[in-house]
Amino acid sequence: MKEKALEYRDVSFTYGQESGFSIEHLDFEVEEGEFVAVLGHNGSGKSTLARLADGLLTADGGEIRVFGRPVTEKNLFEIRKDVGIVFQNPDSQAVASIVEDDVAFGAENVGLPREEIGKRIGFALRAVGMEEYRTATISRLSGGQKQRVAIAGVLALKPRVMILDESTAMLDPRGRREIVGVVKKLNEEEGITVLLITHFLEEAMLASRAVVMDRGKIVMQDAPEAVFRREEELLTYHLALPRITEICNRLRAGGIAVQNTLDVETLAEEIAKCVS
Amino acid sequence: MRIVAEHLDFVYHPNTPFSSHALKDVCLTIEEGEFFGIIGHTGSGKSTFVQHLNGLLRLPSSLKRKKKKGDRTVLTVGDFDLTLKKTDFRALRKKVGMVFQYPENQLFAETVFDDVAFGYKNFAEKKPTEEELERAVREALEAVGMDFGAVRSLSPFDLSGGQKRRVAIAGVIVTKPEVLVLDEPAAGLDPLGKKEIMRLLCTLRQDRRMTVVVVSHDMDEIAENCTRVAVFSEGRVKCVLPPRELFKRTEELLSLGLDIPLTAKLVAALQRRGIGIDCDYTAEDLIKKLLAVKGDAGC
Repeated sequence: MKEKALEYRDVSFTYGQESGFSIEHLDFEVEEGEFVAVLGHNGSGKSTLARLADGLLTADGGEIRVFGRPVTEKNLFEIRKDVGIVFQNPDSQAVASIVEDDVAFGAENVGLPREEIGKRIGFALRAVGMEEYRTATISRLSGGQKQRVAIAGVLALKPRVMILDESTAMLDPRGRREIVGVVKKLNEEEGITVLLITHFLEEAMLASRAVVMDRGKIVMQDAPEAVFRREEELLTYHLALPRITEICNRLRAGGIAVQNTLDVETLAEEIAKCVS
Repeated sequence: MRIVAEHLDFVYHPNTPFSSHALKDVCLTIEEGEFFGIIGHTGSGKSTFVQHLNGLLRLPSSLKRKKKKGDRTVLTVGDFDLTLKKTDFRALRKKVGMVFQYPENQLFAETVFDDVAFGYKNFAEKKPTEEELERAVREALEAVGMDFGAVRSLSPFDLSGGQKRRVAIAGVIVTKPEVLVLDEPAAGLDPLGKKEIMRLLCTLRQDRRMTVVVVSHDMDEIAENCTRVAVFSEGRVKCVLPPRELFKRTEELLSLGLDIPLTAKLVAALQRRGIGIDCDYTAEDLIKKLLAVKGDAGC
C-alpha cells in the first residue's frame, strides 16, 4: 500500500468566532504520488486546507499528518521540507532580485552545503525550463516565468508534496499552460505528490482525482470526468458547469442528441453525426 | 464619450538604457456606448494604452509636437484633448472611471460605506451633505447589486472575493463616470463570480449608457459581451473587429499567443467536418444556428 502523503482527521479551523468555521470536521487523505485538484467557490476553505498542511495555520481541532508525522510546532521544520506551497501572486513571492539567488533561498535556509545548493538550483531550473534565465533579473520576467521561478524555489528543497494555491489565477493563458505543464511533469517524472487548487476546470481535468469543497467540507470527490458529470450537485455548490457542458445540455434540449463531453473534437463529431 | 487615438506613441524611461517602446503608432476609435474589448499577450501594450485614457500616463511633450505633416498625435476622450497641458485632468478622471487589476487590493476604509464614499468626496466640488453622500453611495452599491442596508457598516475585508470586487467597482462608479475602463475585471474570481461581474458590466452599460472598455485574457468573456475588439501585439494595434469577424481568424490569434473562445474552437472543428456555421461566437447564437442546420437537414 502506498504511503499517505497528507492525512486530515476531523480537522476544524476558524479565523475567529464571528466568521464561523472555515474548515469543519474535515477528513481527507492524499496518497503519495497522487495528483489531486481542489475546486470550490471563493471562500469554500480551499486555501485554508492548503495552509494547514504545512503549519502556516494551526488547526483548532483534529489532527493533520504529513507522511505520518503530525503537524505540530515541534515538527514544523521537517514538515516544511516535505511540503512546498506556491501561492497566487507572482509578484509577492520572490525574495531576491536574481533568479538563482531566489531559487537558492529556501535551500540556504535549511542549511544545505554550498555545492549541494548549486546542484539543486540547476536541477530546479531545468525542471521548470528556466535554465537560461539563471542570472536574469526577476522583475523583468513575465508572470508565468516568475511563477516558474517560485516553483523552482520550492523544488530546490526537494519536497515530496507540492501545493499550488491558485498559482495560475493571475497568469495569461500561455502562462497558465506553462505552469500546469511543469506541474504535471513533476508529478509524472519526479513522483511528487500534487495538490492543485484552481478555478479552471480544464486544469482540474489533468488530475487523477478532483475534490470539491463547500463551506469548509469536502462534498464531492471522484475522477474529474465523473465529478463534472454530476451537474446538479456542482450547481448547488456554486460551481459553474464547464462551458462545453452547458452547450451540450442546450443542444440536447433543442433536439440534437449529443452526449456530454469535455472534448471539442468529440462534440463536433457527434454534432456532425446528428445533423448530416 | 467617444475616444479617439491617432498615431499614439509611448516610451517608458526614454533616453535611458531601460527605455522600452510600449506603444507604436496606435490608432483606435471607441464609439460612445460600446462594450469595447482589448486583447493581447502580456507586454503587448494593453495596459499602457488604457492608462492613457484618464491621463495616468501622459504624452511627453516631445511627442506632442507635430511630427510629419498629417501624422499628428491625437488623443481625445469626449471633449477632452489629452495632448494639451492645460486639460483639466481632474474633471477628466471624474468622467473616466478606472478599475485596476485586483481592485479589491485597493480597499482601505473601515466600512463599505466609507470606502465607496471616498471617491465621491474627493471629486465633489464642495463638501457633500450627509443625505447627498448617502444617496450617491446607495445608488452605487445598488448598481453593483449589493444590499446597501446589509453591507454599509461591514468591513470590506470581511466580504468574499466577488463582493469585494463589487464594492471596489462601486467606489469608482459613485462619481457617475461616462466611461468605465477595467483591467481584467473577472480575473481570479470563481466561474460564477466571473459571470456575475460581466453581467454587471452589461447592465451598467445599458442602464447608465456607459462606454465600457475591458482588457481581458478570457476570450469567452470577450466573445459573449463585446461589440468590438482591438488586438494588441508588440505595442501596435493589429486589428479592430467585432467578435463575429475576429474569431474567424483563429490561426492568426493562436500565432499571437492568444486563446480563442470555446465557440470558435467548436466552429472550427465543425468546419473540418464539412459543416459551415456563420455565427457571432456567442453560445446563444451558435446553438441557434446549429439547431437551424439540424432543422434544414430534417432529422
